[in-house]
Amino acid sequence: MSQHDRTAAVDGARHARTLPLTVQAFTVTTAAGADSAKLWDAVLNARSHLRANDFTPTPIAAWIGRVNGLETAALPAQFCDWECRNNRLAWQALNQDGFFDTARKAVAHFGARRVAVIMGTSTGSVGATEEGYARLTDSGGFPSDLVRPIVHTAHSLGDFVQHVLGTSGPCVTVNTACSSSAKVFAQAERLIRLGVVDAAIVGGVDTLCGSVMYGFNSLQLLSPERCRPFAADRNGISLGEAGGFALLARAAPEDEQPALSLVGWGESSDAYHMSSPQPDGLGAERAMLQALSNAGLSANDIDYINAHGTASTKNDEVEAAVIARSFPVTTRMSSTKGITGHALGAAGIVEAAISLMALRHNWIPANVGTKNVDPLATAHLALHGEAKPVHHVLSNNFGFGGNNCALIFGKNGSVQ
Amino acid sequence: MRVFVQGIGVWAPKLPSWQATRAVIRGEAGLADVAAKRPTGALLAANERRRAPDTVLIALEVAAAACADAELDPRILPSIFASTHGDLAVCDSMSTTLAASPELVSPIKFHNSVHNAAVGYWTIATGAVEASTAISAGNETFAEGLLEAAVYALSEQRPVLFVTYDIQVVGGLASVTKSDGLFGVALVIAPEENQLTKCVLDIELMDLLDPVAPETARLPAESAVCGNALAPMFPTLERIALGDAQPLVLPLARLRGLSLVVAEATP
Repeated sequence: MSQHDRTAAVDGARHARTLPLTVQAFTVTTAAGADSAKLWDAVLNARSHLRANDFTPTPIAAWIGRVNGLETAALPAQFCDWECRNNRLAWQALNQDGFFDTARKAVAHFGARRVAVIMGTSTGSVGATEEGYARLTDSGGFPSDLVRPIVHTAHSLGDFVQHVLGTSGPCVTVNTACSSSAKVFAQAERLIRLGVVDAAIVGGVDTLCGSVMYGFNSLQLLSPERCRPFAADRNGISLGEAGGFALLARAAPEDEQPALSLVGWGESSDAYHMSSPQPDGLGAERAMLQALSNAGLSANDIDYINAHGTASTKNDEVEAAVIARSFPVTTRMSSTKGITGHALGAAGIVEAAISLMALRHNWIPANVGTKNVDPLATAHLALHGEAKPVHHVLSNNFGFGGNNCALIFGKNGSVQ
Repeated sequence: MRVFVQGIGVWAPKLPSWQATRAVIRGEAGLADVAAKRPTGALLAANERRRAPDTVLIALEVAAAACADAELDPRILPSIFASTHGDLAVCDSMSTTLAASPELVSPIKFHNSVHNAAVGYWTIATGAVEASTAISAGNETFAEGLLEAAVYALSEQRPVLFVTYDIQVVGGLASVTKSDGLFGVALVIAPEENQLTKCVLDIELMDLLDPVAPETARLPAESAVCGNALAPMFPTLERIALGDAQPLVLPLARLRGLSLVVAEATP
């Protein structure tokens, strides 16, 4: 009997399909600060870290979650081929929360070949490509300091993380816009369940760049004020930048240590529109229900939903309606994008980190930024933080192209 | 791990289909006389077809052909789209606009610039509501994508659509990126053999003692495939077309490789 079969047999009564994976470590750098403790402090104190847009060369009326200090935080010299804002943020996040050392120990323990690196990003290091176009030489090419092909590909992030952590297992960058760094958890689970690797370093990094600032502005999706997720008077999103990582490994059934774990995932496509959600939320609902089914759980088991909650008119309307019809009011819900901004391809890992800390601290994060709640969301929305036992958290991330992912995290034992 | 190819789609300017490509590889026919400029975009509405980026046209073309070959409804298939560079022309256009007059960035150009634009259009055009993803892995994009497709098919025990494509580099990006022509390949990868199985694929990760250069295609240069970022996958099509069981090594990063052995389907 394989390991998977044994796990399935132990858990047979609940018919879970997902192989539970222990989250051995995680880290996250956001506008709220360099590490996960600073982010959790912002969550506990319901504090927004958005600032008036000071990123774009010409004015855009928007608020942003900008990470301080990246402009002067050059990569160590040996990584100069990967130099760019996005990989700087990756490096900064890797070096918080003791993650780098824990990940290196895991690589030594499992063997470099047995550890996958699965990263998510939307625009990755396209900021470096934009800079190349801003500084084209007389012959129409990039200036010599930007003739570094790897940073001009969609795999810049995955390649960088694989290099600095010294893994040699499968290495992929997932680019499905705002669901990218949620989907990395599902992909890692499949690799580990099938026995291709024993552990995976998953994560995501997205930094502000011209493309997303002017692009979202052209779609008229940016709020001129701080974003107000699930507010009746919401009027658009606030972009942010962030980076984060998690180390996942097969949960050992004999392991008596309390552990935070990934217990379910669901993925679906709206098949509706490139930049607008399916009005009935069928795609979002499909992802959430599949995550529940894969975890062997029912809606009643979910204590908290970290919503996608971008504060765009349509996303919040559709998502609130699905949650209202699918979950009991004992399931609390909030969006944390009022704290960090919408970190696009890094939203999945940021909100996974918040979900894990909600489990660890038995705390429902506040829905920061909102005063007048949309009636659709009233029954479930945690406008303010709530102290409450939290056993299972569902985290939603929905992206451009109608790309949906829902993750469920849980814990066993009394996690401290 | 063992998986089964149930459907194949191919498109390049002088290789209009898998059937034509197979005949060229087997020496039974020549390349098309006239290079097609772009695939026709039959799945798209007329107004979308005109504006669709090349990556979308080529991905939809080969994806639809592979599903038809596999006799499977696209709506029931999860999909994995993999591209080294995504839409280089849209990136060139966006970056040019951002450098000159950023406030003129168009909303359509912006949503077409995301790496998952092609898979998004595919799901919309066909009504495919299952999981879909868009990935990249540098020079290892085909090998890593094929591995992910095989892992998905076996772990979820269902067929999956694997689509891979790259296009011509243009503008300033040409100083840092090499990719010529348009080339796309789609494979329906199934966990079990059936009457429609085209071939068996045995895939294993392996160590390499020394760095290995990817095997090159035996096609003539005018096939308009050889300079494409996806060209290193062509020997896989050659093995399939010829029923050639000689192991193929697709190099991965850090002295690892993906060993691929093609076997004929059970008669």
